[in-house]
Amino acid sequence: MSLLEVRDLRVSFRTADGVVRAVRGVSFDVDAGRTIGIVGESGSGKTVLTQTLLGLTPGAEVSGQAVFDGTDLLALDEEQMRRVRGAQIAVIFQDPLTSLHPLYKVGWQISEMIRSHDKSVSKAAAAEKSVELLDRVGIPHPRQRVNDYPHQFSGGMRQRAMIAMALSLSPKLIIADEPTTALDATVQAQILDLLLRLQRDSDTALIMITHDLGVVADIADEVLVMYAGRAAEIASKRDIFYRPHHPYTKGLLESIPNSSAGAARLRPITGQPPSLINVPSGCAFHPRCAYVMDKCLTDEPVLTPVGEDGFHQSACWLPVSAAGLSEEAEEARKRSVGEARGEAAAKVAEEIADRPEAEGSVIA
Amino acid sequence: MTSPQAATPAAAPPGEDDVLVRVENLVKYFPIRGPGLLARTVGHVQAVDGVSLELRRGQTLGLVGETGSGKTTLARCIAGLIPITSGRVIFDGHDIAGLSRRAMRPYRRDIQMIFQDPYGSLNPRRRVGSIIGDPFAVHHTASGAARKRAIQELMERVGLNPEHYNRFPAEFSGGQRQRIGLARALALRPKLIIADEPVSALDVSIQAQILNLLADLQNDFGLTYLFIAHDLEVVRHVSNQVTVMYLGRICEQGPKDPVYEKPRHPYTAALLSAAPAADPDAAAARQRIILTGDIPSPINPPSGCRFHPRCPKAQDLCHEQDPPLETKPGDAPEHQTACHFPVQPGEDLTTTSTIAAADASAGTGGEGSSLTGGAA
Repeated sequence: MSLLEVRDLRVSFRTADGVVRAVRGVSFDVDAGRTIGIVGESGSGKTVLTQTLLGLTPGAEVSGQAVFDGTDLLALDEEQMRRVRGAQIAVIFQDPLTSLHPLYKVGWQISEMIRSHDKSVSKAAAAEKSVELLDRVGIPHPRQRVNDYPHQFSGGMRQRAMIAMALSLSPKLIIADEPTTALDATVQAQILDLLLRLQRDSDTALIMITHDLGVVADIADEVLVMYAGRAAEIASKRDIFYRPHHPYTKGLLESIPNSSAGAARLRPITGQPPSLINVPSGCAFHPRCAYVMDKCLTDEPVLTPVGEDGFHQSACWLPVSAAGLSEEAEEARKRSVGEARGEAAAKVAEEIADRPEAEGSVIA
Repeated sequence: MTSPQAATPAAAPPGEDDVLVRVENLVKYFPIRGPGLLARTVGHVQAVDGVSLELRRGQTLGLVGETGSGKTTLARCIAGLIPITSGRVIFDGHDIAGLSRRAMRPYRRDIQMIFQDPYGSLNPRRRVGSIIGDPFAVHHTASGAARKRAIQELMERVGLNPEHYNRFPAEFSGGQRQRIGLARALALRPKLIIADEPVSALDVSIQAQILNLLADLQNDFGLTYLFIAHDLEVVRHVSNQVTVMYLGRICEQGPKDPVYEKPRHPYTAALLSAAPAADPDAAAARQRIILTGDIPSPINPPSGCRFHPRCPKAQDLCHEQDPPLETKPGDAPEHQTACHFPVQPGEDLTTTSTIAAADASAGTGGEGSSLTGGAA
């Protein structure tokens, strides 16, 4: 059994404009000592997904299951959740300046975290633990630095302090939501290095939410690609990068400037991500998909195995042979489109080709 | 954006006609005032400290550096948005540094900026058509029906629906708002566009759309770009030349391929090794150079080479002497590096990886990082 098993999680919010269906049935597992990368663009539901696991989406309508170490997180009440949050599942957010309280010393904030979960720890012991933790995450002169306020720390040091706080109760799972997005490249490298090392030392599971495929390529074991609140594809890191099946995954990979490919033009995905109030019918990606077929307009595909390992799954109507970036895979995609694109899909394909940014992209 | 130039090998230095902007020894210090009514100046933020570079016509110069490296300040000085402390900015043969507002005015049409945040740089209460039309109004170039026609042509050119003339910025997505900013920048047919992190706030798929658009516009209008970004792959994709800044100074610059493939400055090497590559095999094979600490304060920059407290190769000389920006033996003529002990091909800088970071502040540098390093 995995440490965390999420099954058919659905989250929606009622708003004045209509019901926002932020997460529309997502399932995945996380094992101890493993890192799963959740990738997606703004509005793909990746943050709502993980916040729901921690009970941080008040007012949302939630269904499904999220079994963590034997208990369903979604069934916990506020008080029970408080005991899990921080102690067993810790979170690291993108912006460490807004997640640290500006008026309290960094050391005090870490001690407070420890003492709020275990009253038996004395103030002195908690303070001593904070020094140890700051040292462990690589803050120089931790004994003096515990008495600093957050504004006296640089961005990278604040993120280290957040990681120290996340580690303070030895959680089994850490959720990191774009932890390095606000940091410079050299500092990002320091922080990723630190996270990986700490994870290896303590066998913690890590969920890394990011829009940066480079970060995923660096530290993830498995990757979940989200689009419009659903899993488009889930696979091992290598399969996602070298044998992508879903046209959205393939499109994301091709959008990134890549010096080794040497292409003068990038191949963007045309159009915009959809609104989660009016999700397109059938496959939510069909209005942007170069391989749109008639079926895609009406029937929503579910995750199906597309690889030999049984783990690689994709929610797309294209055949298994369409997985990959090779010419054979492209042939397979074109063949399916040739057979299954009727009038309706042809019309969508025409709209895609007419978009100003479509020039140079592949239209089957 | 790989223009025909990319194929030409580093030939003779460009003639005066090829250079649109020449920046000479530009210095920008911001005074720090003490308390009290008379507010004595108690120090300076040395944001840009002696930078020289050239922007060639029709080409793109990529400017790379971390937070606090002075790249945005440099861009604003070139655009004439803030006065410079000393140095020269020669635009199209004229020194525009220190011109009065009135004298600067004709040049403002030639130099336009686009910004990172397409939300913050558009007035939310004005209609898109009127935002894009502002430059026409300011410079009295077109009015009435002619202005509207010109605006709609611009909208079409940047991939916006001209019928959306009367909409508000809030009705557009992030990528579309960046297109609005571009349309506004193009209105007066500028020669130079300074793009400060134009795609960093956008999703990957949208980022590619905007980068393609920038390339098309450069070809169609013969634009020169100064392109600032922290994403090294993006910079490599768009640039002909690359300049790497650290703490107000240039540490390395040159044609992009030599700089990316054979970086000579340890900072450039570290930056390149730290950039995440979207390729698991490359990521696994790569040896990351993990720098210790953070970028120091530009109020009290380290003595000698400003990078020495974080440099894995730092030696005594680096504390004492500021290395000149020069072409190192064996490098392409335009590839310049400011380093006493430039990185040798195949040299391994990764042995110093440590999270027990040295103090970021100046002075304690070099601890735990004295490398086997061979001198040049």
